Amino acid sequence: MARALIHMPPTARRGEAFEIRALIGHPMETGYRVGPDGKVLERDIIRRFTCRYNGEVVFAAELHQAIAANPYIAFYTLATDSGTLAFTWEGDHGFAQTETMPITVAG
Amino acid sequence: MTAIDRTRRRVLAGLGALALLRPAAATPEAMAAAIKAFTGGAVPRTGKVALDVSLLVDNGNTVPITIRVDSPMTAGDHVAAIAVFNERNPETGVAVFTLGPRAGKAEVSTRIRMATSQKLVAVARMSDGSFWQHSAEVVVTLAACIEGEP
Repeated sequence: MARALIHMPPTARRGEAFEIRALIGHPMETGYRVGPDGKVLERDIIRRFTCRYNGEVVFAAELHQAIAANPYIAFYTLATDSGTLAFTWEGDHGFAQTETMPITVAG
Repeated sequence: MTAIDRTRRRVLAGLGALALLRPAAATPEAMAAAIKAFTGGAVPRTGKVALDVSLLVDNGNTVPITIRVDSPMTAGDHVAAIAVFNERNPETGVAVFTLGPRAGKAEVSTRIRMATSQKLVAVARMSDGSFWQHSAEVVVTLAACIEGEP
């Protein structure tokens, strides 16, 4: 399991847009670099990031080699109901990881 | 053929092989084609989108960028997607972000790699099917990809 860091407020007011910052430890190997043995290192990147709010997709990203190592993505979402946000990263060689964060919505 | 001639040929052949090892860089034409593929042939208008990136970058391995789009983000009028393209990395695509009215605010940040000084373009697709863009010329002093381990 790669280490993932997600920053978001634990509570929000209904109808308020709050920021989510998500980072995951991953080399994002481009497939263009040459290793110490002179061979080209195989591509190993995260292709897709998805954020689901109580099961509904609210944000998604398609990533390419030009995204820096340890991909960091910050975005906003509207607070609708209390529940869970699930963050999924999917990539080469069957990489898949999901993290969840609770949110309490007041008002 | 003299010995010097043979050496010269070997050196030239070696140089040719070295040139082949470098990954082919994308070109402004490739970027225009990639943008066209994203917009379905439409030419994006300039405006609404703001691509926020430092104009002088010390380290191309991690370049923070922020894209903001001027939109009320309602069900009837929102940003559907934001795509970022570059001109001179080995590949033109950087990322495609999918947004909707649930985003509340059309602002996305990430960190990217830049192989050399080049132009970046952010294109936004609105819910009404229109496309808007903003570009930035960025100077990179330490390039990503060729300087080994990040």
